[in-house]
Amino acid sequence: MNLSAILASAGEWLRGEGPHHRIVISSRVRLARNLRNRPFPGWAKKAERNSILELVRARVEELPEMQEAFAENLQELSALDRQVLVERHLISREHAAKGAGSAVVVNRRQTLSIMINEEDHLRMQSIRSGLQLKQAFKLVDKVDTALENKLDFAFDPRLGYLTACPTNVGTGMRASAMLHLPGLVLSELINQVIQAVSKIGLAVRGLYGEGTEAMGNLFQISNQTTLGEKEDEIISRLSKVIETIIEKEHDARQMLLQKKPATLFDQIGRAYGILTYAHAMPSKEALNLLSIIKLGMDLGVFPEDHRLAIDALFIETQPAHLQKASQQKLNAEERDYLRAQIVRERLKLFPKPDISKLAGESGNYPATGPSNDE
Amino acid sequence: MQKVNLCDACSKEKGVQDPTGFALADLLLGLGATDEIEKGAPGQKCPVCGFSQADFKKTGRLGCSACYVTFAESLSSLLKAMHKGTEHVGKIPERAQRAMALNNRMRALTENLRKAVADENYETAASLRDQIRQIESELANPQ
Repeated sequence: MNLSAILASAGEWLRGEGPHHRIVISSRVRLARNLRNRPFPGWAKKAERNSILELVRARVEELPEMQEAFAENLQELSALDRQVLVERHLISREHAAKGAGSAVVVNRRQTLSIMINEEDHLRMQSIRSGLQLKQAFKLVDKVDTALENKLDFAFDPRLGYLTACPTNVGTGMRASAMLHLPGLVLSELINQVIQAVSKIGLAVRGLYGEGTEAMGNLFQISNQTTLGEKEDEIISRLSKVIETIIEKEHDARQMLLQKKPATLFDQIGRAYGILTYAHAMPSKEALNLLSIIKLGMDLGVFPEDHRLAIDALFIETQPAHLQKASQQKLNAEERDYLRAQIVRERLKLFPKPDISKLAGESGNYPATGPSNDE
Repeated sequence: MQKVNLCDACSKEKGVQDPTGFALADLLLGLGATDEIEKGAPGQKCPVCGFSQADFKKTGRLGCSACYVTFAESLSSLLKAMHKGTEHVGKIPERAQRAMALNNRMRALTENLRKAVADENYETAASLRDQIRQIESELANPQ
């Protein structure tokens, strides 16, 4: 399977069908694994890295989950293609910066991606739509079990799985969810939430993980520690916190509707106006405005059958996707024009915001109760 | 509309702590944890991969899985500061489960062997010795 075949389909998580999918964009679980007594990728010499890559890639491609997979060594991919994979969250930014001696293998459904020789010999991740951390873990755990019978993973009975960075030792697991929290941002409660979350040993990050900015009101929440807690305990603790944040987000939206309906409608109207008529649109602005349109959709201001068009624009307006679609390398200014053009065309058939529908979420929101995450 | 910039400085200001990567190495450097490492074993190198403590200080990453043994003493305070616990309680690979079971059995047999020899019960001792050899070969050739 080649890259364009992968890109042609949106991937399970982009279709947005999982539980709580309006607020939880995606759930991801990644496991870090290494081969015993072989130098970690950052310390290995080129020849050693290549020999590890060859060994691991063959075993990975044998997996039943990886039949009809997209598999490629990173040096075979252009900088643009790598960036596209980053924007799809199929590889990390760090992995995209790697050259010879590293590879990526992605399954057909784009629910499983395995990075070889990122910071660790193996970084296996499963990504699902909505709040589905348990399901994501189940898949990646199954793949890990299949691989551990073919590869001698570095494991210590006391410290668990041994990783290049001591922060990952133990389970080697990082579970995270991408949340869309415009209500908490608009009502200026987000910092409280971020502080509370970091106090209980969870991390909050921006759109592309570590060290990235929060754009489009999108936040990644993940576990920080990996030693001294079981995988399923980490996941259920994280899921509970996320469910609480979902409730807080719903509450914040209700408060905005009751206390500041004019401000809310003004935001939605402005976002609609700018997206519909602008001719130059930086990607950050696009994300922030699309986020407000998405909020408007959740609140009933736009009809539900246009939701996919908006969700798709979140990814399609990202710099690499834009250039990939136009099949040319564009500078930042050219990208801003093209982005504005694409957004305008998409929104041509988009209905105007209907304020009379701004009636709250109760009608179309079954999601404040306990999660059906099973 | 309010923006939330989660760059390094801002996130610290907002009380967000990120223990991964360099941010953590910096944080712990401040607390002197990596100095601990130096004190623990100055100039020591990993016999498997040749990694030294200076390399760890520079990169915040280790050289290979054996580094966890080489620098065990000094890493323990670092791990304690980083994590919820000090011992792994999660998944154990089947391979390691088998090895752990064999090691336990080996310990029991060795103890029995010692007793048998002390009691001059040589027939039992011979049988125990054979069982131990069998386990040794299984441990040497997993699967």
